[in-house]
Amino acid sequence: MSDNLHHGPLYRDTPLILSVSGVNKAFDGFKAIDDLNFYLEEGELRTVIGPNGAGKSTFMDIITGCTRPDSGSVTLHANDGHDVNLVKLKEFEINRLGIGRKFQTPSVYKSHTVYDNLVLSLNRARGVLKTFFYKETAEDRECIMEVLKTIRLESRVHDLAGMLSHGQKQWLEIGMLLAQGPRILLIDEPAAGMSDEETERTGELLLGLEKKHSLIVIEHDMEFIRQIARKVTVLHQGHVLKEGTFDRVQSDPAVVEVYLGRQGKKDTNK
Amino acid sequence: MLTAENKKEIGIFGLVACLLMLIPGLNAWGPDGGLFAVSSFQVSLWGKYLTYAILAMSLNLLWGYTGLLCLCQSLFFALGGYAMGMYLMLMIGDRGAYQSDLPDFMVFLGYQELPFHWVPFNNFWFAAGAVLWVPGLVALIFGFLAFRSRIKGVYFSILTQALTYAVCLLFFRNDFTFGGNNGFTDFKDILGYSLNDSGTTRGLYIASALLLLTTYLITSGLLASKLGKVQQAIRDSENRVLFSGYSTTSFKLVIFILSAMIAGAAGALYVPQVGGINPSLMEAAKSLEVVVWVAVGGRGTKWGPVIGAILVNMFKSYTTQAFPDYWLIIMGSMFVLVVLFMPDGIVGVYKQVKNKIAQKRSLQIKEA
Repeated sequence: MSDNLHHGPLYRDTPLILSVSGVNKAFDGFKAIDDLNFYLEEGELRTVIGPNGAGKSTFMDIITGCTRPDSGSVTLHANDGHDVNLVKLKEFEINRLGIGRKFQTPSVYKSHTVYDNLVLSLNRARGVLKTFFYKETAEDRECIMEVLKTIRLESRVHDLAGMLSHGQKQWLEIGMLLAQGPRILLIDEPAAGMSDEETERTGELLLGLEKKHSLIVIEHDMEFIRQIARKVTVLHQGHVLKEGTFDRVQSDPAVVEVYLGRQGKKDTNK
Repeated sequence: MLTAENKKEIGIFGLVACLLMLIPGLNAWGPDGGLFAVSSFQVSLWGKYLTYAILAMSLNLLWGYTGLLCLCQSLFFALGGYAMGMYLMLMIGDRGAYQSDLPDFMVFLGYQELPFHWVPFNNFWFAAGAVLWVPGLVALIFGFLAFRSRIKGVYFSILTQALTYAVCLLFFRNDFTFGGNNGFTDFKDILGYSLNDSGTTRGLYIASALLLLTTYLITSGLLASKLGKVQQAIRDSENRVLFSGYSTTSFKLVIFILSAMIAGAAGALYVPQVGGINPSLMEAAKSLEVVVWVAVGGRGTKWGPVIGAILVNMFKSYTTQAFPDYWLIIMGSMFVLVVLFMPDGIVGVYKQVKNKIAQKRSLQIKEA
């Protein structure tokens, strides 16, 4: 915790893009995050699961600057080989470093068109004056069209975002993240409230982003996780309980105990 | 490149500008009697309505387009008014009741000389500057503290209401050097022109009309830019904007200051046309009235606040004469009815009716 903005000329010799080490966070004495260590590799798609109250949301809040950890470090291994400590930066500053976050409930600008939603998300100068004098370039338009193709909303480009279906809004928000050209995408329960078909398409979308971006996906839906999972991290009571492939994690007795067991019961209720 | 919508907007703008100029035109060159006669009293009455309309537009910039329900808009209006009032008080010179160089209330309170902060207000242009920077500065300080602490929604509204109440109490004090509860009145002239002159009345009206049109252009300019889009995005989903790399604090602060300055300028034109100002203009209820104007006219529409402010105030002038005791009840119920049945205000009614008819038609087609 010595330097809060370490821009030292450390040459990066790891394939890592994000390191979270020894992070603690307590709310009124309740330890939401307890000595959490988490490392994400460049281009990796990581799924994070865990029962309610495992600290998944707090974990995301800490990475994106919503919540400051009590101790520990969160480091982004930036493109140019420098390490950036994220702990004391503001949300918009962390975002400008290339960390995009998708919220659980779709957050799109409902009175803007799909196109304008993406224009606002572009990775351009974002000061007040520069925004006022912003002129759209051909490059910007191209970038937006590419994103539209990825999220398959080309036909809705001039519709108001408020008119989209729930699933389409979720995709649009993922598209808004992509328009930022982020290095890391944090995605909170993308499949919540989607139909089976929409869920599958969301899975395909996320798998298509792997390698180009690093992704952290928080999810509850086991079917969906089975579809997208590469490496899975199980959180429990604020620390990492287990990490590994989906099958290994799923068959781990400790994991079954805290999470999958309960999920299994829920499934039979359906 | 002009789209059809742009052309329509320019057309409406031109039409409104012509209509606004009709009133002083008829006053100056129109007939003395009959339907088209416009008295100087009516000119200054309409001038007052226009300043109210500008005030409503300034609130709309915040509430309608940025989602910040600010309940201290009439504070900024009054601060602008007081700054202009100070200049007008000093222009009375020794023509006051006590025939002193000091304003009457100062003589009455036993002042020997003009307080130092009054001295620069002998200059019109200093006063005109203060009309903008004083409300702007208050908005800067208050907005910086409020937005930095992430005060949002109803908490922001309550705090702004507390602010206007606190300043109102301050201005009611006699030793605050702004005339206490009597405020300023009995103005004689502005820039050397007598306020009783019908030419001055027309001049003030025209200034108000020009400010209204300028405010419209500023609003349109903002909305057409990416800044305006960010503004509306903050209204719809502030977190999304923050997590798209924008410092929402700075954006809200800039809009807040701009809106305060516009309100201040409107207040400065209000005072000479009404002929006085006192702290009751800052009362919390006054700011709530502005909210009603905007809601009735149409929140988040360009002309809605103007229409709302003028219609509600015309209605108020009539009601306070015909049924003086019932105005507050009528205004309250008007607000409730608008919120329930006309969410987009008067401006939105046309669209509402059109949608209803379209719905009915499609139902009939289905049944058939």
